[in-house]
Amino acid sequence: MNALLGLLRKEVYHILRDRRTLVVIVALPVLQVIIFGYAIRTDVDHVRLAIVDPAPDSVTLAIRARFGAARVFETVAVVPRVEQLETLFRRSTAQGAVVFEAGFADRLARGLPTGLLIIADATEPNTGSIVAAYANAVVQGYEQETMPPSTAVRIVPSVRMRFNPTRESSNLFVPGLMAFVLTIISSLMTAISLTREKETGTMEALLVSPLRPWQIILGKVAPYLVVGFASVAGVILEARLVFHVPLRGSLTLLLVEGLLFILVSLSLGILISARTSSQRVAMMGALVGTMLPTMLLSGFIFPIESMPWPLRAISVVVPARWFVLVARSIMLKGVGLSYLWRPSLVLLVMAVVLLTASTRAFHERLDG
Amino acid sequence: MRRILFLAWAEVLHVVRDRATLAQVLVMPILQLLILSNAATFQVSNTPTYIVDFDRSSLSRGLVTRFRASGHFRVEEQSESPELANESLLRGDATMVLTIPHDFESSLVRTGVAPIQLSVNAEKGSTAGIVQAYASSIAAGYASEIEASVRGTDTSGQEPAPRRGAPRIDVRLSSWYNAGLNYQHYMVPGILVALVTLIGTLLSAQNIAREKELGTLEQLNVTPMTRGQFIAAKLLPFWGLGMINLAIGLVVAAVVFGVPMRGSLVLLFGAAAVYLVAALAIGLFISSLVDTQQQAMFVTFFVMNVYLLMSGLFTPIDSMAPWVRVVSELNPVRHFVTISRAILIKGAGPADIARPFLTLTAFGVVTLALAIRQYTKRAA
Repeated sequence: MNALLGLLRKEVYHILRDRRTLVVIVALPVLQVIIFGYAIRTDVDHVRLAIVDPAPDSVTLAIRARFGAARVFETVAVVPRVEQLETLFRRSTAQGAVVFEAGFADRLARGLPTGLLIIADATEPNTGSIVAAYANAVVQGYEQETMPPSTAVRIVPSVRMRFNPTRESSNLFVPGLMAFVLTIISSLMTAISLTREKETGTMEALLVSPLRPWQIILGKVAPYLVVGFASVAGVILEARLVFHVPLRGSLTLLLVEGLLFILVSLSLGILISARTSSQRVAMMGALVGTMLPTMLLSGFIFPIESMPWPLRAISVVVPARWFVLVARSIMLKGVGLSYLWRPSLVLLVMAVVLLTASTRAFHERLDG
Repeated sequence: MRRILFLAWAEVLHVVRDRATLAQVLVMPILQLLILSNAATFQVSNTPTYIVDFDRSSLSRGLVTRFRASGHFRVEEQSESPELANESLLRGDATMVLTIPHDFESSLVRTGVAPIQLSVNAEKGSTAGIVQAYASSIAAGYASEIEASVRGTDTSGQEPAPRRGAPRIDVRLSSWYNAGLNYQHYMVPGILVALVTLIGTLLSAQNIAREKELGTLEQLNVTPMTRGQFIAAKLLPFWGLGMINLAIGLVVAAVVFGVPMRGSLVLLFGAAAVYLVAALAIGLFISSLVDTQQQAMFVTFFVMNVYLLMSGLFTPIDSMAPWVRVVSELNPVRHFVTISRAILIKGAGPADIARPFLTLTAFGVVTLALAIRQYTKRAA
């Protein structure tokens, strides 16, 4: 037991001594929360609108006024000719444009077809669709208020936004961020710290010491576990205080699932270190094998449903995908195990398989 | 000048000699492009949908068919139980539940107006907004289809009864630059930036740190080479590498993804030439700041992480909080992403990209000066 404490103390010194790495570990999660909360958003507001009004009249002015009053729009330019739009769009001065036909009010009064063209910069397709939909809604609103009701056939959708009625983006990223932070600390740091012992040759010394293999692993891993838990607690706290992210379900369940995920990530880290001999290779392995999948294929930032099938298939074996699903459901939907037993079971199986594999890999090294 | 070339050549040999690094350097960009463009997408398609059709009429089935055929929705399950639908939503199997009420067809026929209900899982706020927009436009399109067919049959018997007295504004929507709403056409020009940035910066950040670790930096320090020459020589090979990577990436973008290249490629390479100086100088700055390769990787990883996420590569700059938009002006990646997209997608000319280009130039000068200042010939 004394020996284990000694190893623990040594590991803590290692962590504290390398200031730059420590700063990165501590600062990254804090900064990530800020970045994801404020920068990784896809909300569309303050749309820069250009208006092409060749011959302003009462109706075009009224519609323009409605655009001016709509909070999502900000009129940046009023030009007389369509050709002038090209430059505005190319410089991203405008994101959308409304083009009125000349003699608008006049044609409308005489019952002639009166054209109004809404142009959206669809370089980013989602923003483009939303800009067009918003602009269309403004024109429809004008029509409904000023013209006799239409007799046309209408299907009226009533929409309920479930689980996140205000559609806050920040609610979404926190569970994913937890997975990301846990992966960095559990997989990457563990892999590097174990490989460092190999690289410097001190692993041999540890192996011939009276420490048992599980004690070596525990001693190497426990300090990072503490750092990991602290980081996650920090992420949750920051998310609650700054972004008011809800926690609707059971905190205990969330912590248990978190522990499962940490076990999976740690096992991966140990596995990587067992297969590699230099810190650089271990780092690349952890980066490519655990961090990138966690970032790209967990549904943390990008929706998995939209990916082509090969990537969807790969995402099934990414542990973070299941943890993100579980954590998100607990925090935002407030559901319990009765809904989450399937992904939880997947995590449990992964944890058991990887733990067995990693202990075996470590033992093999011992024999070799 | 000859000194610079000699040292630069030594660096080139280092990269070329190590087959693993060479393969990494040349194959990674292609892999990155293929994987990222498919994974890093906010495209909303195949939204899993649960259908609760109480009406089971020909009109309600027609509506479901339109949803199925749109490509935006995939019908996951169908039943007449709102409870089952709700459970599917809670489990996460379905993202949207479409409920068609009992009297859908009869009220459409009688009054011309019928409600439907959409329950969208709004955990992913922006996705939910787009799902809603797609669903509404399918419903609207179906309504006008019915309208057309109803009027078509009516005209045979009696006076055509289009609403003469009620003038309408004929709204048309037009999507510029990306009429097919192809998300890859948007992402690929941005990912090109990521790939010329990542490899070059990582390699240059490791470079001086490695010389420090190996002790060969001492040898270079006692040569008559000036600090500026040293940095220039270190920069040159990676700069060339970045340009080659950009060329490879552009070929893949054109051949595999069919990305439109509306603007001048010469202009794009010109901007890349300036941008790479800034990006690599940041790498070299980090490299002379740290002591070990491991630290170099960590710090670079951290910086790149922040730079890439705040560059507008993944999510639009316009959606960011106002203060982030201001801060991101200090991000060279952002400016080059803007330039790359403007040139390739919108066909922008020199005048259109003048502002980001000048910002990049200023960046290049400042970061280069910083890198030279940071590298001192004194022993550590």
